Amino acid sequence: MKSSTINARNVVVALVALGLTLLPVYSALTGNIFILTLFTRIIIFALAAASLNLIMGYGGMMSFGHAAYLGIGGYAVGILAYEGIGSGFIQWPVALAASALYALVIGALSLRTRGVYFIMITLAFAQMAYYVTSGLSRYGGDDGLTIYKRSTFGGLIDLSNRTQFYYLCLACLFGGIYLIWRIVNSRFGMVVQGVRSNEQRMQAIGYHANRYRLVCFVISGTICGLAGALLANNTDFVSPAGMYWTRSGELMVMVVFGGMGSLFGPVIGTIVFLLLEELLSQFTEYWALIMGPLLLLIVLFARGGIMGVLGRLSRD
Amino acid sequence: MLVLVEQSLNGLQFGLLLFLLAAGLTLVFGIMDFVNLAHGSLYMMGAYFAATFVAWTNSFVLGILMALGATLLLGIALEFIALRHLYGRDHLDQVLATFGLILFFNDAVRLIWGPAGLSLPLPSWLTVPVQIVPGVFYPAYRLSIIVVALAVAAMLYLVVMRTRIGMLIRAGASNREMIGALGINIKLLFTLVFGLGAALAGLAGLMQAPILTVQIGMGENILILAFVIIVIGGIGSIRGAFLAAIFVGMIDTLGRAFLPDLLRTVLSSAAASTAAPALSSMLIYLLMAIVLVVRPEGLFPAAKR
Amino acid sequence: MTDSAGAPLLRVENLIRSFGGIKATDNLSLDVLPGELHAIIGPNGAGKTTLISQLTGQLMPNSGAIHFAGRDVTAVPAYQRSRLGLARSFQITSLLKDFTAIDNVAIAAQAHDGHSFRFWGAARKEKHLRDAAQAALTRVGLGQRANVLVSELSHGEQRELELAVALATKPQLLLLDEPMAGLGVTESARMVALLKELRKEVTIVLVEHDMEAVFALADRITVLVYGRVIASGDPDAIRNNEEVKRAYLGDQHAVTRHG
Repeated sequence: MKSSTINARNVVVALVALGLTLLPVYSALTGNIFILTLFTRIIIFALAAASLNLIMGYGGMMSFGHAAYLGIGGYAVGILAYEGIGSGFIQWPVALAASALYALVIGALSLRTRGVYFIMITLAFAQMAYYVTSGLSRYGGDDGLTIYKRSTFGGLIDLSNRTQFYYLCLACLFGGIYLIWRIVNSRFGMVVQGVRSNEQRMQAIGYHANRYRLVCFVISGTICGLAGALLANNTDFVSPAGMYWTRSGELMVMVVFGGMGSLFGPVIGTIVFLLLEELLSQFTEYWALIMGPLLLLIVLFARGGIMGVLGRLSRD
Repeated sequence: MLVLVEQSLNGLQFGLLLFLLAAGLTLVFGIMDFVNLAHGSLYMMGAYFAATFVAWTNSFVLGILMALGATLLLGIALEFIALRHLYGRDHLDQVLATFGLILFFNDAVRLIWGPAGLSLPLPSWLTVPVQIVPGVFYPAYRLSIIVVALAVAAMLYLVVMRTRIGMLIRAGASNREMIGALGINIKLLFTLVFGLGAALAGLAGLMQAPILTVQIGMGENILILAFVIIVIGGIGSIRGAFLAAIFVGMIDTLGRAFLPDLLRTVLSSAAASTAAPALSSMLIYLLMAIVLVVRPEGLFPAAKR
Repeated sequence: MTDSAGAPLLRVENLIRSFGGIKATDNLSLDVLPGELHAIIGPNGAGKTTLISQLTGQLMPNSGAIHFAGRDVTAVPAYQRSRLGLARSFQITSLLKDFTAIDNVAIAAQAHDGHSFRFWGAARKEKHLRDAAQAALTRVGLGQRANVLVSELSHGEQRELELAVALATKPQLLLLDEPMAGLGVTESARMVALLKELRKEVTIVLVEHDMEAVFALADRITVLVYGRVIASGDPDAIRNNEEVKRAYLGDQHAVTRHG
């Protein structure tokens, strides 16, 4: 019994997409700039979460090191900007290529393990990236690197204009999700999901499981590298702290909040997580005192995240 | 030469501490199939408790013992209230839940003790240098760490390999239903094992406390090293964890001590001082990468897994 | 045993596989001729599944050789053996539980239809794959159940799906590991009828406990006990073989179709 197209999940997704698209209008009308900058950040993280969901939800690979790609993408932009190369046409492809290369090497090594060990190793390698960038004293080391001028695109778009930048990020998010949608339903996506579901079976019918996992891993890292480039432009700053393993954990939480293996789930999960974080921070400096146990409770009782809950509502 | 001996002993000491931490992790993972990221938080609590109790009681030994007890109780409480509900769940669930706990603990510590961190001064009888070999002196405290850690490792070995409880633990690792069917109280066994793991973490934390600062987030840095050790040493193997821990401890310490000078012989002084810290911290991960390429199951994997 | 009637499709030579101190496969040699249905029987613990796993590459032997279609495949990894034409069904149902029946079969068909590093076009819209999958499903009797999730299929239907998935890879040799495990009377009869048809198109190695089915289907039977071949030949020869009767068939009354 298939649920009809009009159901709780799709309605929520449509509303959220519409809301995100119209947000700058709201911001302009009310003069509330804060909400624009807040949601720019949310959208960028949603893109990162979507990339993580590709390997976690669809690929079954629990990577605890995705913050590394945010950092690599960001540092690509930052370092090039520092060295005088301000054009986004050069910076961003470099960010993507660096992320892809890193994902290729780390993925090839990490995929020699499974399960918990895979989680541990991705975590370890991400920390390694953190330590390496901390040691780059030319580029600020621990203190980070300020980016004085955002990426330029030859007059096509002005990143320092908040509204234009917001729509660029939104375009990247929607584009990224569309790309992921196509990938997931393609031949490649079938194999990746199949490998997640039953690796032995897939090997028996003729698929080299790890090859597909690795390619999926690289795609995911590359998309996250794009998010990193966006993030660096958003904060005009990049530092090793952005790659600290807790950031990777937060990305995981965003994915799980929204519901793994659903296309729009990461967006919803990120919105909820970051808004919650923002809200709690208004009340108390010690927001983790609430967020921590909340996470524990959600894991214990609300598996499947928000999309899971909505999905159950859809079936009724 | 003297420096080499001293640094080697430092490496041994660091390695033994890492072993205590890794052993606790491996035990809990091996017996209950439970990934506990909050293990690092227990390490941190051990250190914070120690600093606090030693200051309260004005006695180093008493404070240490109280801290150990407090960490043990904390671990048991955690297991009883929250974590036991996660046995049998997906590892990802366990990772996320204990990640939440880490966030909680870090903020709780910040609330109670403030963001600045604590220090744990050593009593004078532990700061004297001890002559271990004629002409070679080593701080008494670091020596005692080595002695205590070796003793605990030996006790662990004896308990796990030679006692009834140890047999239950090893049996539990391979077949939970069976020992349940034997009428052994599984829940109690698991709680005890978790407590043991917590005590090991706390012990490592409080022993490190006088040497490194006691600060928020100290658990996570070292937890990752513990993970690396488990991967290098071999999945499911405490012996592997021991050997890998010593190895990693030595490489990390000796690397940090001698790499800058080594680099200076090939690079310019400025380049060397930039590259050295980054390279030393990377050393362990490079090692892990090499092991993964050459022997993905670890250097000394346990036979059964 | 193997005579002039053509080169064997599968040749196993002196295969040995130990687990710790136990020899699960003990110097095992075996030939399978093209076009035959070759049954492998033996009591529990005889090492039948271990043998199948070595034939398909999930397990590597300690020593010995496996030749398939003239090639030495002893060291060839599992996924490549499928490409060469070796397909397997699993004793313990091993399907993609989150997918529908037709998806399971289509993914298998996809594996043997060019490469799968295609990222854009929807796989479910590839008509030739869907048609081939639907045909395989209809063949095994699951034509009406194509869009049902595997987790919602009955045990019997899942066993049939296992067969369909193996068939979708267009194999030369089909290795079936207890396809009738857990099937009821009607379902077993259906499976036997299906296998009778299939044996005309593809060489089959059948591991089974169901003696009625084995004797109804097999051209030749090999009997395994403790990892060793104790007898091999046509059904009548096996039925009358003293050693076999002693080791195994003596309990024929006790051996029923089990679930």
